[in-house]
Parts: sequence; structure tokens; C-alpha cells
Amino acid sequence: MSTWDRFVDTFFNGKVMAKYLPDILSGMVVTIELAVLIVITGLGAGLALALIRSLAIRPLNWLIVFTVDLFRALPPLVIIVLIYFGLPYADLSFSGFVSTWLSLALVLMAFSEEIFWAGITSVHKGQWEASRSTGLSFGQTLMNVVLPQALRLTIPPLTNRTIAITKGTALGTVVAVTEILGEASSAMSNSYNPSPLMMGAAAYLVLFLPVVVLARRLERKFAWKR
Amino acid sequence: MIQTFFNFDIIVASWPIVMAGLLNTVLLSLIVVPLGLFGGLLLALLASIRHPLVRWPLMAWVDFFRAFPPLVLLILLFAGLPFAGLDLGGFACVAIAFFLNTGAYYGEIFRAGIESIPAGQVEAARSTGLGRLQALGYIVLPQAVRNVMPDLLSNTLEVVKLTSLGSVVAVPELLYQARQAQSLTYNPTPIVVAAIIYFLMLWPLVRLLSRLENRALAGRR
Repeated sequence: MSTWDRFVDTFFNGKVMAKYLPDILSGMVVTIELAVLIVITGLGAGLALALIRSLAIRPLNWLIVFTVDLFRALPPLVIIVLIYFGLPYADLSFSGFVSTWLSLALVLMAFSEEIFWAGITSVHKGQWEASRSTGLSFGQTLMNVVLPQALRLTIPPLTNRTIAITKGTALGTVVAVTEILGEASSAMSNSYNPSPLMMGAAAYLVLFLPVVVLARRLERKFAWKR
Repeated sequence: MIQTFFNFDIIVASWPIVMAGLLNTVLLSLIVVPLGLFGGLLLALLASIRHPLVRWPLMAWVDFFRAFPPLVLLILLFAGLPFAGLDLGGFACVAIAFFLNTGAYYGEIFRAGIESIPAGQVEAARSTGLGRLQALGYIVLPQAVRNVMPDLLSNTLEVVKLTSLGSVVAVPELLYQARQAQSLTYNPTPIVVAAIIYFLMLWPLVRLLSRLENRALAGRR
């Protein structure tokens, strides 16, 4: 066997790949479920915190800023380990899936709150005053005047963060979540062959490359300079 | 509750283990941040050659690493390469994976910085007799770096946080050591201590970033 043949036989072994393809596919489903849950809850919580912050209630705002700082400063893997391995000592056990979801949603919440808040404060004060003076209430001003402009500004930084944090679903493998990397790793140790890992790598590209390319386009469209 | 999560005796007992981890996290950061910056600068300089044959592969390279989770890259190097007869060990794998991954991110930031400098400045610099590299080094880069300072800092924060991935491939950094101490003592205190150390270490940077970002926004109004 030539070196090339041996390389292909090791890293792209057809038999092994065929055998473990279903595992990788089921891993992809778990990764997609996790990613969708994280994006929806993380961005939702981030926007909610930014809106609460705009009410300008002092003690509440300190609490929000501290929470945001906390989840910006802690590495996501540390939060996952803390929830998965730490909380059971307080008789509070979460599965690996829920631990990963909670951790990454909290991280995305923190980053997106900062971005949403920056977007809201970037709308000129005069616009607030003008729309309030036309008889719109605080809520109406926020919803109909400020947010539509603010959200537009937040899209480029937000897509970047969201992708970076959603990719973190791979961290779930540390707490035994059966997402792509977890499936690929166990298939690799079962078959003594790295082909499943190559499939797993390809699966991530299939899922995330289109998102990255789409994000690049969105960023161009909504670029900071207007 | 405090007996479980913040047990004083266990803090004292696990202190040397956790401190050794902190030292390694700092060392690891001091290696991978300059490595990533260097890789990024290299990519950005290549990107300033506006030839399609350079531009497109470069864009594909950056998009590839934006789509690829760093942990997958790390596992690929750590568990995949030995099958090709190349066993690098955890530390080297972390260094290479970070060079590739964070290099791509730093590269995008430097590129944006370089593109923010009007072409007229380069032309002016060149017309005074500066060489291409001199114009880049003395005129473009200093301004470019200043323009993207918040992004550079924010990425650096991410890189330092990312060093915790080293724990997966048995690099004895802060998280790994805390996990070891936890399984030795059957108590979560070491992990809580590690989390507090991470927070105290990185909080000043987060505060600074928050202020820089707000100032950048104020300037746009």
C-alpha cells in the first residue's frame, strides 16, 4: 500500500464512515437542537435585560451590569463544569444537555445585553423627547421609534457573537452530551480509527459555514457606517 | 451551603494545586496571545495584496476557522494526528490550534483596521519617499491598531478564556487543576475558587471594554 492509500485508509476509511454515519447524523440533530435553544433563549433574555435596563432603576441596573460582567469574564467551559459537576453537591442535578444549554444561553445573554444596550443608547436623546412630546408613551416610543433603529445597528456585532457562542455547543462533549463531537469521539474510540472525527469536522462545516457566509453578507448590509 | 461550596479547609488544602494551575493559565496566555496576534498580522498583511488569487483563499481560510469550533480543532490535532504517527502532546496542540483559530479572528480585526485608513495617506507617505513597508509600519499600522483597539482587547479576552479548553487535553491549567482538586477532595470548592480567580483576573478587562465600547458609540452619534 502506498503512503497515500494508507493515509486515505486511516483518515477516510469508507467502511468505518458508513458504519458511524448514523451516529454523526444524530449528533448533528442534537447540535442543532442545542444551538436553536441557545440562540432563542440567550438573545431573548439579553433583549429583556436591555429593556429592563432602559427603565433606569438604579439598584436593578447595578445587578444587570454585574451579571453581564460575570458571564463575560467567566470562560463558558468553567460555567458548564460548575453547573454540571458543582450543583449536584447542592442536590441540584442537571443533565449535560441542560447544563450546556443554560451556560451558553447565559453567556449569549450577557454579550447580547451589552450589544442591545449599546444600540438603544445610540439612538439620539432628541428622538426620545420628540416622540414623547407627540403623545407616545414610554413603551410606544421604545417599541416604535427606538428599537427599530437600535436593532438595525446591533446586527453586525450580534451575528459575530452568536456564531462564536453557538459553536461552543462542542463544549457539551465534556459533560457527555451526544452532540457531533461527542458522537465522533466515542465512534473513534470504538473503531480505533480517526475517520469518524473527520466526519464530525465536516459536519460542523456543513452546519456553520453557511451561517458564517450569510453573516458576512448581513454584516455588509447593516454595516456600522450609514 | 458555605461548607459545601466555599469550604475554608478545602481552599487551604487545594491552594497549591489551584495556584499551579493559575500560573500555567497565565503562561499559556502569554504564549498564545502573541502567537495569535502574529498570525493575524500576517493574514492582514497578505489581505492587503488586492489580488483575487490571494484574496479568495484568504477569505475561505478565515471563514473556515470562524465556522470551526476551536475544541474540535484541538481534538482533531490531539486525537487525530497520532494516527498519522504525529503525537504532539497537549501543550503543542493547544498552541497550534490557537495560532490557527485566534489568528483568523485577529486577522479580520487587523484587516478592518488597515482598511479604515484612507488610501490617500499611503499615497502621501509614498510620495515623500517612504518605501511600501515603511509606509505600512510607520503610517498605516499605528493608526490601524488604535482604531481597532477595543476589538483587539475583546478578542484577547476571548483567547484567555479559551485557554480553559486546555483542560480537555490534560494541559494542567487553572480549570484542569481545579477539576483534579475537586475529584481528590470530593468537594466543588476548588472549581468555585477557580471561577472566582477567572472572574477577578478578567473583570478589569471586561469593565475597560465596556467603557471603550460605550465611548465608541458616543462618537458615532
